[in-house]
Amino acid sequence: MNVAVAVTGNDAMAHALKQINPDVCAAYPITPQTDLMQRFSEFVSDGEIDTELILVESEHSAMSACIGAAAAGGRVATATSGPGLALMWEMLYVASGMRLPIVMPVVNRALSAPLNIHCDHSDAMGARDSGWIQLWSENAQEAYDNLIQAFRIAEHPDIRLPVMVCMDGFIISHSICRMEYIADDAVKNFVGWFKEKNALLDIENPVSYGPLILTDQYHEYKKIQSDAMERVFRVTTDVAAEFEKISGRKYDLFETYRMEDAETSLIVLNSAAGTSKDVVDEARDRGIKVGLLKPRLFRPFPHKQIGKILQHLKAVCVLDRSDSFGAYGPLFTEIAASLYNYGGKPRLLNRIYGLGGRDFLPKDALLAIEAVVAAAEGKTDLALKEYLSIRG
Amino acid sequence: MSVSLKLKDLSEKEVLLSSGHRMCAGCGAAIVVKMVLLAIDKPVVVCSPTGCLEVTTCISDYTSWKTPWIHSAFENAAATMSGVETMYRALKKKGRIDKEITFVVFAGDGGTYDIGFQSLSGAMERGHDMLYVCYDNNAYMNTGIQRSSATPFGAATTTTPAGSAIPGKMQHRKNIAMIMAAHDIPYVAQAAPSHYKDLMRKIQKAAAVKGPKFLNILSPCNRGWRSRIDDAITLSRLAVETCTWPLFEIENGETTITYKPKKKKPVEDFLKPQGRFAHFNKPENEWLLKKIQQKVDREWDNLIRAESAKGFYN
Repeated sequence: MNVAVAVTGNDAMAHALKQINPDVCAAYPITPQTDLMQRFSEFVSDGEIDTELILVESEHSAMSACIGAAAAGGRVATATSGPGLALMWEMLYVASGMRLPIVMPVVNRALSAPLNIHCDHSDAMGARDSGWIQLWSENAQEAYDNLIQAFRIAEHPDIRLPVMVCMDGFIISHSICRMEYIADDAVKNFVGWFKEKNALLDIENPVSYGPLILTDQYHEYKKIQSDAMERVFRVTTDVAAEFEKISGRKYDLFETYRMEDAETSLIVLNSAAGTSKDVVDEARDRGIKVGLLKPRLFRPFPHKQIGKILQHLKAVCVLDRSDSFGAYGPLFTEIAASLYNYGGKPRLLNRIYGLGGRDFLPKDALLAIEAVVAAAEGKTDLALKEYLSIRG
Repeated sequence: MSVSLKLKDLSEKEVLLSSGHRMCAGCGAAIVVKMVLLAIDKPVVVCSPTGCLEVTTCISDYTSWKTPWIHSAFENAAATMSGVETMYRALKKKGRIDKEITFVVFAGDGGTYDIGFQSLSGAMERGHDMLYVCYDNNAYMNTGIQRSSATPFGAATTTTPAGSAIPGKMQHRKNIAMIMAAHDIPYVAQAAPSHYKDLMRKIQKAAAVKGPKFLNILSPCNRGWRSRIDDAITLSRLAVETCTWPLFEIENGETTITYKPKKKKPVEDFLKPQGRFAHFNKPENEWLLKKIQQKVDREWDNLIRAESAKGFYN
């Protein structure tokens, strides 16, 4: 039976991992991921699950151990944050290049310097080209639901790629919210048995993992990997439809909010979408035709579908919780790429917000709405890219 | 029942590294790998970091490995194998696998002493059941003979060329075997392919012990050592006879020297056939030879003391 609970985002992710009971989990502590893995370690120590934990000496080794374990032939998970993900960077490409279905919660955190343990999206955005599928989550419920679905997507025979499930550090990982846990059996049945493929431990059928591939084949090898990514849209949609049956919750590649008759829109990832929806409601009460679009699947990015939704709008403001210094925010460039090939081109604005855990307040969402409305009305002196709410 | 180490019996055993690989002619590492694999009687799963052995034995679509093999990156063979070995335990616990398997890492000195050091230390501390073999050829040979912390004092490499201001590498080797022994793992040993029975007996001993095991095996490299192409075994023997490369084992912290030369040869005998030490002959560089001899003498004495004290030195 599904039960309502009041838990933190980290609790929710740990609970999902417990219900899934992966064969091996490698972990290294980093704030704000720490209590996710601490909670999970308690389940292991108390014998509630039989996962083998490898408590490694760095995140680089965590991902390396996950790669070895996944290649060996079983279900594997880890979790990390910010600099931990950055340290894994080299190995992220190895995991996806070897087509290993590793699943990893990423509790989003800023990167140094200066040192900061709080939320922004620089970590996952830095890994956006690594060949990992990325699912983003507004709250603990979505983080939990995405994590369960992630295993099905990663392990799907048409995909076999690693998945990271992003959730905002502290804002979601450490704050308690009401959500629903699905019954253990339902999760187990939904995730099913891990179907091994080319297992390294199959002594009778020896395989070699990680060959040297030279100029004659590397290009084609990467094309195959790219093709697998293209199939993720369909599989993610199919998995979501099945998930709805056990959860009653509907998921798509992205969420639209009050977009039916919208003339302008905010685009925002993760927790700031919650705050923004409230402010969109208030603006709607005042007769402003603004909506919101929240990507869930950031890699691969559903350019076509999002372009279709946004092409009729007058203006769009993309909120980025990370910067590509000297260029536009990473979400902005995807939205621009989504729109370029469609006839109607809304004016685009880029607003950088919430770096290093700076609160994203209703007044910040309002600033973005005011800017996008002004752009729709033809105001010409608006900054294309701007940091929101800079303190004097 | 361990494999017979009689040459006749060994010659009839299948080598799990097939011929056709691209290791250089006269490469010591290829000989070492074959000796190690021949000595083990259980199924073997192998992991190699990026390096000579890796790039020459598995070039898509070909592989020389007749046994499961994985390479993931340069600095993480021990961590990668930690994952493989842990999955093995996980699946065995659940009854999804029943075979006994020996997990062997073959890594060069760069992947062991330097960039792979942290992941090696972590894996040894965690106690994974793996046999970590370092084929020590004294430098980064795959990238073109750059110095590593295993390069001997005075040796010329491409990043420590013997110049007029600096005559080669100015630091001594890291003593990796003792560092591994300090991890309090059940078995640490040093071996050389010239003494193949000693080497293979050590592998058999290590493979029979549960937990982390470390073997450092000298692997002469004619390209990097600037020596004759057919000199690998001769140089290996000279390294042992000069006590430059002592043969010993440390079982549960107790040192045993497994071979003591009747008469310790001067280090010069080992250095002379190698071009990387050619600059030692210049009159102004005489001090290099003295310094290297002093270091070899001190380490050999330490080893003898450690043996009689039933411990290991640090």
